[in-house]
Amino acid sequence: MKRLFTTAAAFALMAGAAQAEGKLSVYHWFEYIPQELVDKFEAETGIEVTIDTYDSNESMLASLKAGKLGQYDVAVPADFMVKIMGDEGMLDTFTPEEMTNLGNIAPQWLDVPFDQGRKSSIPYQWGSTSFSVNRDVYPGDISSLSILFNPPEELKGKINVLDSQNEVLILGSLYLGIPQCSTDREQLKALNDMLLAAKPSWASFGSDTAKEVLVSGDAAAGMIYNGFSAKARAEGANVEYSYPKEGHVLWMDNMVLLKDAPNRENAIKFMNFLLVPENAAAVTNYAAYSSGVTGVEPFLDDAIKNSPENNPPAGITPGVFAQACDAETQKFYDAIWTNLKK
Amino acid sequence: MAGAPLPPSNGGTSWSRLKTPLLLPTWAMIGVFLLIPVLLMAVYSFLTKEFRGGVIWDFTLAAYDQFFFNRGLFGDEPPVIEWTYISIFWRSIWQAGLATVACLLVGFPTAWFIATRPPSQRSVWLFLITIPYWVNLLIRTVSLKFLIRDNGPLNEFLMGLGVITDPLPLVNTNLAVQLGLFYSYLPFMVLPIYAAVERYNFALSEAAADLYAPRWTILREVVLPVVKPGIVAGCLLVFVPSLGAFLAPDLLGGAKTYMIGSLIDEQFKGSQGNWPFGAAVAVVLMTLVLIALFLQARAAAKGARE
Repeated sequence: MKRLFTTAAAFALMAGAAQAEGKLSVYHWFEYIPQELVDKFEAETGIEVTIDTYDSNESMLASLKAGKLGQYDVAVPADFMVKIMGDEGMLDTFTPEEMTNLGNIAPQWLDVPFDQGRKSSIPYQWGSTSFSVNRDVYPGDISSLSILFNPPEELKGKINVLDSQNEVLILGSLYLGIPQCSTDREQLKALNDMLLAAKPSWASFGSDTAKEVLVSGDAAAGMIYNGFSAKARAEGANVEYSYPKEGHVLWMDNMVLLKDAPNRENAIKFMNFLLVPENAAAVTNYAAYSSGVTGVEPFLDDAIKNSPENNPPAGITPGVFAQACDAETQKFYDAIWTNLKK
Repeated sequence: MAGAPLPPSNGGTSWSRLKTPLLLPTWAMIGVFLLIPVLLMAVYSFLTKEFRGGVIWDFTLAAYDQFFFNRGLFGDEPPVIEWTYISIFWRSIWQAGLATVACLLVGFPTAWFIATRPPSQRSVWLFLITIPYWVNLLIRTVSLKFLIRDNGPLNEFLMGLGVITDPLPLVNTNLAVQLGLFYSYLPFMVLPIYAAVERYNFALSEAAADLYAPRWTILREVVLPVVKPGIVAGCLLVFVPSLGAFLAPDLLGGAKTYMIGSLIDEQFKGSQGNWPFGAAVAVVLMTLVLIALFLQARAAAKGARE
């Protein structure tokens, strides 16, 4: 009995200690941070971390707007969404003195258009979106987006497309050579017609299933993120990720400091923690993208470091970031997407 | 309630005095969980969409306009009837109806079989029926996809037997959606019919047979009228959730075409984030269901009078 009391007292003390260090409330993508890294942060700081997850930038924005702002300390929006949240006044800023590891950010990711000079955000992971093809099914040329939008006979009816408006419409625009956020009627109509004509060649729409359908063989080609394609390859699918000649989509997920963060101090500690090369590398080893932090190489698994998905060949067409269109223009793109899905 | 002993003398008055407070929990329940959410949805359907999710408190008919009228890609052509959403509704009703018929065809004999076993065995059979449904619907739907995919066990089996040479294209078709709906909601058909058949007095069938009624006539004229409430309940329990299903169309149908459920789901979760439109679709659906129930109730009342 006495021992039971001692144990209970010890637990109470530990709980008290954790309480004293406080909490951290993270709003994050599903399956995007290794649990060991969270445990490491908790052990180092005594801060208790809780993580809620979301599955799209838009649903995260919607739920923060619907009253969750003020409950979370940090979130992980993509580049264009950082801009949107910043414009809506949903982000807090930090000073370089607070963010002591700011210097670890790779130079090309420091002064980004969506957060000039990194005042509210730090890089989390970045990667690209194009498509992968199962080379057992189709050994031919895969250097064009026509694989998705005007596929060869072997791939017809065996293509999975991301269930994500932004990515589908941007890749479609690249294929037709149309600028993003176009308001030109002819161009928008051409995009609409091209997508409708391509749809019968597609087997399914799916984002979180994009890797699984390639591994299982349900799809022989699929629009996919580079890290996801690397995972498909690691799981045994003979897939090759393409950097098409028309271009591809680049994206960067960033950890942002939210406005009215209940534990601002701890949020800064966590962001500094994620900028330590060893920790950034742990995320990359888990997610198979790239980190945006300098000095991670010694900590990376060889398979990740040397993957063809993360090391595009020289001379490819550079990728483009998604732009945030204004409300008036976005309406047209929403209409095209509805037309496509109905 | 009925069995509660009341004081013999002024029982009536004390009962009516108690009636209101005793009914309060029921009213609170209906109010909080039924009326308020439905009203909220109705109100939201008349609000203005905020850019990227949420609503602005300006009243408008824009959501209903989008549902019924097509003004072209750029919104400035003369309005014509929008068939998109009407056809989504039609497709959903058709799919849900087929699922209901399929469930009835399989569910009725199953329920009959169970109800005619000795009482000691019945609970075992019912138990077996419900076991798969202890597993989450999402998992069962994904598992079904694994079974019917091009190189899944079903196709391998049929090809091994030599019945087919190429895999049956099942996954990502309407047939797969149909199969998913049927499988998801089958017990909702079996259980109410079982309850009705179990109470059926089989002496009635014997009496009809003694009077030289053929088997089909017995089923039609004697059995069916008695177990009809169970069948109606089962059909409603299958049809209504099938109408709003979105897991089966998304996972088994490949999310290529909307059903009502996935259309509404996309308005609240997807990148378009059009809450008023999602609410309007739900209001239209509910109105249709209410009209159908109203007509059915009127027909039933008329039938009772005659």
